[in-house]
Amino acid sequence: MAANREFFNRRLHSLLGVIPVGVFLFVHLTVNYQATKGVEAYNKAAEFMGNLPYVLFLEIFVIFLPLLFHAIYGIYIAFTAKNNVHQYGWFRNWMFLLQRLTGIITLIYVVWHVWNTTIQAKFFNAEVNFDMMANIVDNPVTLTLYIIGIVSAVFHLSNGLWSFCVSWGLTVSPKSQRVFTWITMAIFVAMSYVGVTAILAFA
Amino acid sequence: MAEKKMIRFIITRQDNPNSEPYKEEFDIPYRPNLNVIAALMEIRRNPVTADGKKTTPVVWEMNCLEEVCGACSMLINGKPRQACSAIVDHLETPIRLEPLKTFPVVRDLIVDRSRMFDALKKVKAWIPIDGSYDLGPGPRMPEVKRQWAYELSKCMTCGCCLEACPNVNDRSAFIGPAALSQVRLFNAHPTGAMHKAERMATIMGDGGLANCGNSQNCVQVCPKGIPLTTSIAALNRAATIQSFRNFFGSDEV
Repeated sequence: MAANREFFNRRLHSLLGVIPVGVFLFVHLTVNYQATKGVEAYNKAAEFMGNLPYVLFLEIFVIFLPLLFHAIYGIYIAFTAKNNVHQYGWFRNWMFLLQRLTGIITLIYVVWHVWNTTIQAKFFNAEVNFDMMANIVDNPVTLTLYIIGIVSAVFHLSNGLWSFCVSWGLTVSPKSQRVFTWITMAIFVAMSYVGVTAILAFA
Repeated sequence: MAEKKMIRFIITRQDNPNSEPYKEEFDIPYRPNLNVIAALMEIRRNPVTADGKKTTPVVWEMNCLEEVCGACSMLINGKPRQACSAIVDHLETPIRLEPLKTFPVVRDLIVDRSRMFDALKKVKAWIPIDGSYDLGPGPRMPEVKRQWAYELSKCMTCGCCLEACPNVNDRSAFIGPAALSQVRLFNAHPTGAMHKAERMATIMGDGGLANCGNSQNCVQVCPKGIPLTTSIAALNRAATIQSFRNFFGSDEV
């Protein structure tokens, strides 16, 4: 790696996690939530997303490449840390560990999830609709893994939003950082609710 | 006569930088208000382990004995702090003493904190006032700002923040919280600000500011209560502005 790229790479990693990857997750979960309103509503929403203009461009440049960079650089970040919560069990140190842990869990989950949805649709002529998801989560094991994956992703985004605000110098004072902890944890709870009720609608 | 109360110390020792660490236990006669330094002095006076074996005296570093120099930093019951201000009455027994783990061990409880002093040189943690002629008096600093800066200036390079930081380790080049906070201190000084751009460029380079992962352990362990995480966040803001200026902006130095 060229010298003095670290600052740029770190900031890019932080930015991409929120825009576009975080925004994408929000849209994705919102679309999924349509499943709670029935098969028809979900299929309509999925069809709308699948037929967006420039969908391939969006998939490559707004989802795939940013996600790939965020994932690869994230693994590097996660494995340069020496976690020490056993010795320093403070709240933020736990969040530091959980951020890295949920990042790895989310990455494994996303690879698996993309394999049994997007890859199947693009290369094996499967159709993305309610039945596809219903088939994937028709047993308690995959359903549980999906719930773990969704909650991990949402936690990683919410807490990532907190550290984004610190890393870019938005929240400097301890008070603002405390308030943002509450705000981002509220986001975590709300988005988890949306994500989990959506996946349960398929089961 | 009642038996004298003894305090058990379990000390992690190491004979030289390359040898294996080992543990030795010592019993020190209790005195009220005994601190860890005084206990170590007791061991030096009579280097006999708890099971009666003669051994070499345990070595450690010390200087001010009032928690302003940072030399006697060690892990006391697993927490990085200064031995001089660690009062035995306030500690759980047996008392475990270990050298800081982030720094190379010289011998026993003595570690080499050179990397911290190198970091201070790297970020130019000083006020440049030397010239080939009299530069005259510098600009004045408002009293409230001086008081604020005084808190940051309490840093004694003791190493507790680097010890607790999960991102300061042999896998990363992270400069650590102490030197970063000093950048904020010297950039805030009216004369120190003359080197602001250089300091920002240094900490925006490899191993710099961006390595902070916000575990915020540093601010918890700092014995001087320095707002290290506030310093880092403030520098993050300054670095954001600086990077936008570098890219979009101005050729102003």
